[in-house]
Amino acid sequence: MTEGSSRPTDPKLLELLVAPGSHNTLRYDAEAQELIDDRGGLAFPIRDGIPIMLIDEARALDEGEARKV
Amino acid sequence: MTDSMTVFDRQVVRRHRDRAAPGLDGFDFLFSESAERLVDRLDDITRRFPLTLDLGCHGGEVARVLGNRGGVETLLQCDLSLAMATRASGAKARMSTATFCADEEWLPLRPGSLDMVLSNLSLHWVNDLPGALTQIRRALMPDGLFLACMFGAQTLHELRDCLAETEIEREGGLSPRTSPFADVRDAGNLLTRAGFALPTVDSEPITVMYSSPLKLLADLRGMGETNAVLERRKGLTRRETLTRALALYQERFGDAEGRVPATFNIVTMTAWAPDASQPQPAPRGSGQVNLTQVFGGDGPELS
Repeated sequence: MTEGSSRPTDPKLLELLVAPGSHNTLRYDAEAQELIDDRGGLAFPIRDGIPIMLIDEARALDEGEARKV
Repeated sequence: MTDSMTVFDRQVVRRHRDRAAPGLDGFDFLFSESAERLVDRLDDITRRFPLTLDLGCHGGEVARVLGNRGGVETLLQCDLSLAMATRASGAKARMSTATFCADEEWLPLRPGSLDMVLSNLSLHWVNDLPGALTQIRRALMPDGLFLACMFGAQTLHELRDCLAETEIEREGGLSPRTSPFADVRDAGNLLTRAGFALPTVDSEPITVMYSSPLKLLADLRGMGETNAVLERRKGLTRRETLTRALALYQERFGDAEGRVPATFNIVTMTAWAPDASQPQPAPRGSGQVNLTQVFGGDGPELS
């Protein structure tokens, strides 16, 4: 996961991105390098500063991991 | 099972692009050429588009050629393939860029946020083009511009015809080996259906000369543009069928030096997200001037 921090993701981009399909708001987890859709229960990975907004590449959140929204 | 809307296997599109990305340098001339032609159109538009998305950015060709055109300050680049997106993120550009990976059919952007969406030779791989266009329109702010080109009908007609003919002759059947493409009229209707205002569509062929039909196939692979039609026959094309089709291509289209042409028909779409400031058609019957006063006499002859 350390490679993710080698290049920062553009903050403006983080503001514009929403979950594909649902348009749910995303939460940026800088440490895990993930964009988290709490409502949809998905985490989208960021690799080398590039958010991967593909549903089939997203990780399903574990129970209790999602924050209340 | 697939429904009738699903023509392309998006996983295959992605894999083809992933595979093509590392060696794209030798094969991106068509993307670069069409990117130039696409952004040239911005010279005719006085509006500025500070926040712009390049949808299906390949290796970042639009970012490289855009320069000062359109007054773009931030260019978001997005591609289905991470390998392509990574390549694009390294593109040298005048404006600031930010890159992400997304499916054109599932645009992950806040509605009403963009000044312009550009797309260079990518939307011909989308299954649900009406859906994708609707999402693009929603991502645009009012009076935002959508300017895109894609391969249209008649693209690679030489190759298609030779493959189809050979296959019928040798294998007694036909399978879709090249993608179906939209024509100008389809595209115009789709833009209107997606809720765009003032749509215009035109097409322009680019003919590329190849030293042989095999070189054309190698180029298509190099661009990541090989067949991703879902129902393509499983397994490889029978070698002898392909060999025969390529021989037919050479025979029918080869010039004196043995070179063969390949036609790429580029369909360009321009459309605006609706806004009250745009010209609206006057209501029927609201005219105040009799046309006979304009044309004189008894008016124009009707035939």
